[in-house]
Amino acid sequence: MFTNFPFFPQQASEQAATIDALYFFLVAVTAFFTLLIAVLVAVFAVKFRRKHDTEVGVAIHGSLALELLWTFIPLGICMVMFVWGAQVFFHMTRAPRGAMEIHVVGKQWMWKAQHMDGAREINELHVPIGKPVKLIMGSEDVIHSFSIPDFRVKADVIPGRYNTMWFTASKPGKYHIFCTQYCGTKHSAMIGTVTAMEPADYQVWLSGGSAGGTLAEAGQKLFTDLSCNTCHMENAQGRGPVLKGLYGKQVLLASGQTVTMDDAYIRESVLNPQAKVVAGFQPIMPTFQGLVTEEQLLQIIAYVKSLK
Amino acid sequence: METTAPPLNYLNNGHTIASWLLTKDHKRIALLYLVSITFFFFLGGFFALLVRLELLTPAADLLEPDMYNRMFTMHGIVMVFFFLIPSIPAVLGNFLIPIMIGAKDLAFPRINLLSWYIYVLGGIFTILAALLGGVDTGWTFYAPYSTSASNSNVLLAGVGIFITGFSSILTGLNFIVTVHRMRAPGLTWFRLPLFVWAHYATSLIMILGTPVIAITVLLVAVERAFHLGIFDPALGGDPVLFQHLFWFYSHPAVYIMILPAMGVVAELVQAFSRKNIFGYTFVAFSSLAIAIIGFLVWGHHLFVAGQSTYAGLVFSIISFFVAIPSAVKVFNWTATMYKGSVSWDSPMLYAFGFIGLFSIGGLTGLFLATLGMDIHMHDTYFIIAHFHYVMVGGAIFGYLGGMHYWWPKITGRMYPEGWAKFAALNVFVGFNLTFFPQFIVGYLGMPRRYAMYAPEFQIYNVLSTAGATILGVGYLIPMIYFAWSLKNAPLAGDNPWGARGLEWEIPSPPPTENFPATPIVTEGTHQYAPSREVGIV
Amino acid sequence: MSDAPSAYQPPPVAIHPAGHGHTPHHPYLQHHFDNMEQQAEASTLGMWVFLVTEIMFFGGLFMAYLVYRWQAPLGFQEASHHLNIYWGAANTAILIVSSLTMAFAVRAAQTSQPARKQVFWLVSTMVFGAAFLGIKAIEYSDKFKDHIIPGPDFVWHGLYPKPAEQFYSLYFAMTGLHALHMVIGLGIMSVITWMAWRKTFDNEYYTPVEVAGLYWHFVDIVWIFLFPLLYLIGRHYHAAA
Repeated sequence: MFTNFPFFPQQASEQAATIDALYFFLVAVTAFFTLLIAVLVAVFAVKFRRKHDTEVGVAIHGSLALELLWTFIPLGICMVMFVWGAQVFFHMTRAPRGAMEIHVVGKQWMWKAQHMDGAREINELHVPIGKPVKLIMGSEDVIHSFSIPDFRVKADVIPGRYNTMWFTASKPGKYHIFCTQYCGTKHSAMIGTVTAMEPADYQVWLSGGSAGGTLAEAGQKLFTDLSCNTCHMENAQGRGPVLKGLYGKQVLLASGQTVTMDDAYIRESVLNPQAKVVAGFQPIMPTFQGLVTEEQLLQIIAYVKSLK
Repeated sequence: METTAPPLNYLNNGHTIASWLLTKDHKRIALLYLVSITFFFFLGGFFALLVRLELLTPAADLLEPDMYNRMFTMHGIVMVFFFLIPSIPAVLGNFLIPIMIGAKDLAFPRINLLSWYIYVLGGIFTILAALLGGVDTGWTFYAPYSTSASNSNVLLAGVGIFITGFSSILTGLNFIVTVHRMRAPGLTWFRLPLFVWAHYATSLIMILGTPVIAITVLLVAVERAFHLGIFDPALGGDPVLFQHLFWFYSHPAVYIMILPAMGVVAELVQAFSRKNIFGYTFVAFSSLAIAIIGFLVWGHHLFVAGQSTYAGLVFSIISFFVAIPSAVKVFNWTATMYKGSVSWDSPMLYAFGFIGLFSIGGLTGLFLATLGMDIHMHDTYFIIAHFHYVMVGGAIFGYLGGMHYWWPKITGRMYPEGWAKFAALNVFVGFNLTFFPQFIVGYLGMPRRYAMYAPEFQIYNVLSTAGATILGVGYLIPMIYFAWSLKNAPLAGDNPWGARGLEWEIPSPPPTENFPATPIVTEGTHQYAPSREVGIV
Repeated sequence: MSDAPSAYQPPPVAIHPAGHGHTPHHPYLQHHFDNMEQQAEASTLGMWVFLVTEIMFFGGLFMAYLVYRWQAPLGFQEASHHLNIYWGAANTAILIVSSLTMAFAVRAAQTSQPARKQVFWLVSTMVFGAAFLGIKAIEYSDKFKDHIIPGPDFVWHGLYPKPAEQFYSLYFAMTGLHALHMVIGLGIMSVITWMAWRKTFDNEYYTPVEVAGLYWHFVDIVWIFLFPLLYLIGRHYHAAA
């Protein structure tokens, strides 16, 4: 216990240094003002210590100049923190185009990851260094949160929707994955390991065993098994809209609203088809709630995305 | 120095149980609250003790994870709803506000008594929930875990919290009407003691925020009992809606916890520097600013929940704004000591502690308001350290300081100063040892609410538990000497501190009707003239 | 005692001398108040503050309604059309009239009218309030018959079953909470009516009537919001029904 304990997390992602720089700035400001106040209080307490029982202090009512000073200087410093923090936040929440996608599903009390090419992991995540990785995350039950402290990344994993986060690992090694949203009895056991590897090693690992085909191939199989293709045909003769080439486009709904055909929309339409019916089509699609798991949904989404 | 206690005061004006349990006297009601709040404080502390004992080792060896989860949940629920929110307003506020404004009682004495009964009733439900196995959702009881997955006594605890909320609402209502309508002639708003300003601002939050947590708890209960789809997505609900509704109250709630303590500190700093506050108007308006702006920042608890980036930006910038009035107060309190006559009596030691620890707590809050920083820190021990610095280093230090300052007025007795100084030091050291390591282990990534943790975090947890033990001792010592002082300590006299304020112009303990006649106020009540001597009675 | 001038001075004539004998005052003046005016102002301010808390309380439900209606506008519209607009409109009219009779009751007390007149208006208010609750009982039992009470027995034959269940959850929560406030209001009114019958109120002391009136008007106003939000979603007037 008293040897070899860490004082500071590793910087194992390209984001980590950015976050740590911001952190050190905040620490410096905190330390400065804490010391300033502590020293002032100590000095005043000593220098003006009561000398006899009936002594009173001098009547000083205030100073507008001082009030303005200690209002606007802290406000200015806070605005620096705000802008810097917002910049970092924008960077952290916008994955670069072409980031390698991995789907993560959290459920009480384990993490399941699916790589696009089909590789599956439980409580583990293998990633190459130097390449941006984007996690698309869903939950099967309650709210979880996926956190890799050494990468400085975290995002809540909420049932009923997808949240994403991204990182670029920079240092090979093994790092903690923690669930950071209380989710029940084994919340503190819902942990895992990220293994960051040199790209070559990652390829070796990847080819090592992904029986079962890519995510999109699994999705295609589901598409047929669940008879989606009987209404969503390749031509416009089906009772449902054509899905080919539709991913990422704007869609007009029967209610007059427009939505983007994205992961969340696909997921919602499978589970709750009446919610956003496309204009010109009847609300006759049956629901698949209870018939597909979160992982299968991700496979179907991967398949629809792949239809170009 | 010693005077005889007045023949009839609020303590000896009626000895029967009925005269206490059916009292309309705000001072007796304050003591009723003191007893129940102290009970809940030690109950919450007991749960904390179990949590910290378990965390001595990385494995879940003392408590099963399920039991550990119930322990931290009960610690949070009891401390937040049954100690921190009511403590200063219900004990010190109830006792002092009528006296400080020259009134005989609050505007609605019977509603005041009703508030206490409601508080006790809510407490009974919560204790029942604890005895029947507790709740394991965390005090934040996020859906859908709380509505659908937890198999603990969520309904019972929810009912307890719902009921107790009305105690808070009625107290706030009473204070607002009292300050508006019961001030003595000549006591204009800008002659009010800052303690009263702080409680007025607190009361605004109590009445506007508490109903929202009430309805939220009600909806959780309804969903849990009838399986309606309000928050559970599997039933068509929205779990993030829960978070918005919950934090809409629970963020302003933390200002309910700290504003009264700030009011206490303003009084302590003035009394123990024998100087009126530096920047009275700024401090008074800062209390209001904190209350109002505090309602606009709740989304900073949802930065990683997937709310839109733009919402994040808005909540982040407003969260910085809410820090400024607190900073203004800290500087004004410090400046008050300049050229004051600074006494190191034990209440002032708590004020010193408050100023330092609240500064750290508030500044570490800025880390969390910073969007980019919060991602890494959210739900780690950094957050726990932050809020304990403001809640314990802030609110509890304020409460203890106030209890020491006004103890002679409330009881007519002076506690032993030597022991009090020792206890204050004890609490200060214990507190810092408990919570400072948590900043470090939080940045390392240790998540909160973990029964088992990665072994490399152990050293920090051991330090923290050691600190908690020292802190616990520090809390027990005042219990002992306060109780001892009731019968054995010397009589305190009307104004043992040589302080200003209407409460120091009446006997200790005060008579039931407070003042022989309604006072007429001719100047601000905290003037200490520079050349005048102050007599101590 | 300190010889420093104090911040306050006792007035030359004690307003409330300590002890048991006291200067005569209105029988309903509470002892911690200096005069009836202060008591009346405190009571009315207290009721206004309480009503603000009620706004926040109902506000949470309105928020939930807002979010779910925005998410499923067509579903909410379809669900809303199943409500009986005639009962809803009747209830709206009943409550508005009851607020009128309540206002007359306050006025009667305020202008020292005979007790029987005060009682007449108060009882009228209660009659309308009871009528409101009676109609709500009819509506609720209709929902039960149609199997649209949310829960395991909920059955929806329209296009949007999930939003319909959400709509009716909110319908019962909001109108139920409102009805609970009406019942409490009737309880308060009973007490006020009894006090009025005992000739308690006149122009010197009518605060309880005024304060009960404020509460009653508030409950009325909540319904004024509930009616369009629940009953009138997307309704259009058709020349032929």
